Amino acid sequence: MTHEVAYTLAIAALLPAAGAAWLAVRGHQVTDALFYAVSVIEVALLVQLVGGCIALARTDRDVDGVTFVSYLVTVVLVPPAAFLWGVAEKSRWGTGVLVVGMLTVSVLCVRILDIWTSGHA
Amino acid sequence: MPEQARTSRGFGRVLVAVYAIFALSATARSGVQLATGFSDAPLAYLLSGLAAVVYVVATIALARGAERTAVAAIGVEAAGVLGVGLLSVMQGALFADATVWSDFGRGYGYVPLVLPAVGLWWLRRVTHRSAT
Repeated sequence: MTHEVAYTLAIAALLPAAGAAWLAVRGHQVTDALFYAVSVIEVALLVQLVGGCIALARTDRDVDGVTFVSYLVTVVLVPPAAFLWGVAEKSRWGTGVLVVGMLTVSVLCVRILDIWTSGHA
Repeated sequence: MPEQARTSRGFGRVLVAVYAIFALSATARSGVQLATGFSDAPLAYLLSGLAAVVYVVATIALARGAERTAVAAIGVEAAGVLGVGLLSVMQGALFADATVWSDFGRGYGYVPLVLPAVGLWWLRRVTHRSAT
């Protein structure tokens, strides 16, 4: 179950990353559609945070709880930070910031799965 | 800030974002390492701490347009990734645990190796453009 959630999120985050990369290459600023796509990912990450905390409380595996929760919290902060930093730049590079942010979200989701399965950072 | 620093405009916007991610991850990594087991691998953990400081300074300097500080921080970063990378490949026994810069940043997709080159290129470009 956890594998599916983590991989779905990791791949889902690549979609706005790819969309943003396409827009950046074509020289576009951040668009409304991109904002909505990033918002959808943000909601999914918030659900992951809540779900992850519940799973941590219920599990009897040896998971490094502090590291696990700090990754869950960090990944939630990345999209708003990327959006705020990126939107101030009215050029393709503002969109480029969202590419970086979404790729980071994807990598962090895979790391969260590593922490969950291996029990260490 | 009323207006953006020239080092954080345009492509610089993306560069600062990448530096911020490395600042965050290096700080978190070294914080955990120093807090939980400094004596296990003192050299590796001190270098992780140095890497974290360098990334934080570089991020802030680029974001605020402190160009000299940025050049210095990115210079140290370049020396760090090359020096630690070389040492970790040749004398792996020196490092009981990995740092951001071990094996030229392989654990981070070699981004730590490319980043200082891109950073210095960008700073040079920004300063040259204004001179002409």
